[in-house]
Amino acid sequence: MSATAHVNGSGNGATPRLTKADFQSDQETRWCPGCGDYAILNAVQTFMPELGIPPEKIVFVTGIGCAGRFAYYMDTYGMHSIHGRAAAIATGLATTREDLSIWVVSGDGDALSIGGNHLIHALRRNVPIKILLLNNQIYGLTKGQASPTSERGKITKSTPFGSQDRPFNPVSLALGAEATFVARTLDRDRRHMLEVLRQAATHRGAALVEIYQNCPVFNDGAFFALTERETKAAMQIPLVHGEPIVFGPEERRRGVVRRPDGELEIVDLGDGVTEADVLVHDAHRDDPSLAFALSRLSERPTEPTPIGIFRQVDRPIHGAAAELNPDRRAADVDALRALMHAGDTWTVGAGA
Amino acid sequence: MSKTVEERERVVVRFAGDSGDGMQLAGGRFTDATAVLGNDLATLPDFPAEIRAPAGTIPGVSAFQIHFASRDILTPGDAPNVLVAMNPAALKANLPSLPRGATIIVNEDAFTRRNLEKAGYAVSPLEDDTLREFTVHRVPMTTLTARAAEGLEGVGTRDAGRAKNLFALGLLSWLYGRPTDVTERWIERKFASKPAAKAANLAAFRAGWSFGETTELLDVQYRVAPAEDVEPGTYRQVNGTTATALGLLAGSVRSGLPLLLASYPITPASELLHELSRHEALGVRTVQAEDEIAAAGVALGAAFGGHLGVTSTSGPGMDLKAETIGLAVMLELPMVIVDVQRAGPSTGMPTKTEQSDLLMAMYGRHGESPLPIIAAQTPGDCFQAAFEAVRIAIERRTPVILLTDGFLSNSSEPWRIPEIAELPAIDPAFAQPPADPDARFLPYARDERGVRPWAPPGVPGLAHRIGGIEKQDGTGNISYDPANHATMTRLRAEKIARIADDLPPLEVDADEDAELLVLGWGSTYGAIRAAVRRVRARGLRVARAHLRHLNPLPGNVGEVLRRYPRVLVPEMNTGQLARLLRAEFLVDCRSYSKVAGQPLFAAELEEAIVEHLGAPLEGVAAR
Repeated sequence: MSATAHVNGSGNGATPRLTKADFQSDQETRWCPGCGDYAILNAVQTFMPELGIPPEKIVFVTGIGCAGRFAYYMDTYGMHSIHGRAAAIATGLATTREDLSIWVVSGDGDALSIGGNHLIHALRRNVPIKILLLNNQIYGLTKGQASPTSERGKITKSTPFGSQDRPFNPVSLALGAEATFVARTLDRDRRHMLEVLRQAATHRGAALVEIYQNCPVFNDGAFFALTERETKAAMQIPLVHGEPIVFGPEERRRGVVRRPDGELEIVDLGDGVTEADVLVHDAHRDDPSLAFALSRLSERPTEPTPIGIFRQVDRPIHGAAAELNPDRRAADVDALRALMHAGDTWTVGAGA
Repeated sequence: MSKTVEERERVVVRFAGDSGDGMQLAGGRFTDATAVLGNDLATLPDFPAEIRAPAGTIPGVSAFQIHFASRDILTPGDAPNVLVAMNPAALKANLPSLPRGATIIVNEDAFTRRNLEKAGYAVSPLEDDTLREFTVHRVPMTTLTARAAEGLEGVGTRDAGRAKNLFALGLLSWLYGRPTDVTERWIERKFASKPAAKAANLAAFRAGWSFGETTELLDVQYRVAPAEDVEPGTYRQVNGTTATALGLLAGSVRSGLPLLLASYPITPASELLHELSRHEALGVRTVQAEDEIAAAGVALGAAFGGHLGVTSTSGPGMDLKAETIGLAVMLELPMVIVDVQRAGPSTGMPTKTEQSDLLMAMYGRHGESPLPIIAAQTPGDCFQAAFEAVRIAIERRTPVILLTDGFLSNSSEPWRIPEIAELPAIDPAFAQPPADPDARFLPYARDERGVRPWAPPGVPGLAHRIGGIEKQDGTGNISYDPANHATMTRLRAEKIARIADDLPPLEVDADEDAELLVLGWGSTYGAIRAAVRRVRARGLRVARAHLRHLNPLPGNVGEVLRRYPRVLVPEMNTGQLARLLRAEFLVDCRSYSKVAGQPLFAAELEEAIVEHLGAPLEGVAAR
């Protein structure tokens, strides 16, 4: 390939002004009516022009599941790959093509069950890819089995007596893998989702964005406590870097404090507790432990749950140590000839 | 004291000892000196799967065999003329393969009661008549090595104890008149930063040589003249692993595509990962992936990005990669999968060789997913085979499976270093942006060979989406149309089949009126040639051919098979190629099968060929 400038997340002044339409492919979207995926696709197509990256430098790699269809709907380069393997395939692409902006779109079954190993290793290696994990806590495409994020007791076709296993918390998992960018957002909060996507896009390294996504057919309302008007103020704990972690409606303001034993706790403000006692969010802490503790504040999205950017730190990206041949050009004939003739050689025949 | 020098045309030497005794090293150095002397040679390392089996036991025995000659040779040799046994276990493990009259050189010091017990000897075989049919030389190698290292500055008993393999090497080097400077230079280089080890090893090597020269124990020195019937050129010693790496690199250079190798550690394929990871300066990226599946995915991702994506593994890893290889078939992207075959099923015998992945390479994926298969024939030939795999993958937009095996990857032979410029150029022929900006790019439009365009990301006007779901002919859009699926299945198969149009015909090395064709593939090449040579020396007529391309087969294979009343297919499996040929051509191919974790031996195959030549012709009418 020719010149491979680093354009990840950086604007390119030469690009003509792009619009949302430039990122919409001619393929008819075929998710169920009311699916949260529509809102996510719409948000992604909306903010893509802001990046200033021409569509031909953007690649969407997806796995299998409802989220897998995402690749077909973006008018960029794309690959709809195999169940669970998108992160591995994107790793190969990112390793060879530093000039591209690479996005993986995955679901909870795809990323956390069949593809769990690839996910944690892509995060561990800090491969420069952005992973959108569309979490609806159910298998949708295969029509309603329990997923690794389904809650205990969940009755599904494959768990008629209720799911017995503890679910993964994707944010905790990503932080356990020491991902350098970990965030959570909501399909029904377009403004929040756009802001998180912007931050993820400009992150240098692997970014994991968990998006709570409603499945109206097999798991309708799983996140309504967090997304609906009546409850969301009491349930969303917005994480803003440098700000105290406070939330709740005017009549009941609450905050996250650190107890003397180091554990985090949600307390009501007032009655001697003020904002000054509340933990100030620091997304840039090198140690992920506090971010992990934040991720443990809620077990299920039916109770107060942090949303926003849990962690955003700068660490070397995958392949960054490979500087001997930064352009990744094929060897020239002389270099290979020297290698082939290295060591003891001997010559047979007068003419040779 | 003057010693007699006797000429030998060919010699097989086996170094055997405990896996901690450094036998692979001694064998490797002997091989280098032999190569530089100009003998033709072939080697066979044979080491235990355990990193360190209990010292002194039979499972811990490690051996290295070298066959060298003044004429061209084809195999590492069936049975050794000389066995170097560093302990009782090494003697016991190797005795069954020793022909009567062979020479045995033992490290007498290691025949202690304890070591004899570990090897299961009640009485020392040096004391009873166990070895009466052999010529035995008892050499106190440990004592002599320690004595040689005495008084050397900084050399402790530990250094001296470790150097006895160099004593054995020195002795054998004298016995066969190998040049000493090659080995001494190597010791200087290898231990440059460890003066004590350098001094001890040099002293041990020289002591071994002097022992041969001065004692009366050995009264004959042998000479094996340089091989003469050798093609002119510059040569080096190469094993299959290095040759594979160089072949892939040559493919990278001739295509202009940087090479990415993604792999997961597995015996015996890890060596290729080690080898290529040293060559970052040549544009190589290596990724040690989290598992075999990811390794295949990383390679495919690189291919989508327009690079040369390669993944390497051995049998169990092939099971796991099947899914990604199937996707590569569907995406029609170039990719090379190197399968260094080993004895299976399951974990099987990881360090032992076999050819039993052929049918898996052909059919080991769900759905109709044909792909090209190429097999290497000798350690040096891994270069050409790897280059050919790269060429076909890139030019035909398809995953290609390259079959080597444990024997090829570890064995070495002299190799005439090819001129890179003489290799064919490989044109990646990336898709060009359309002249008309409104024209729609068709990622699954095909040329006359049935090949689709390769359009890596980054080019305006060519943005497209591909995936594992069946695609519409031409556009590549998702399609569940029944007729379209039938069409696409046919087009994918035809694309692979048409590769045969450009393959050279299968060449047959035939005696006039030969009634039997011996047809092989892969690493049995040397053994089959050697066996056929022996059969011919007995005055019998036979034809021989060897397949490099297993899928598609060269166009004349059916005609060649029907030319001979009998066809014998020797394989290190239970008859996989024979089964393919019978199914494809309705020819009564007979299988000669060996599944022992060992290469084929020329002698056993010679007998099989003679037997088949003499057997009454059955079912001839059916041919």
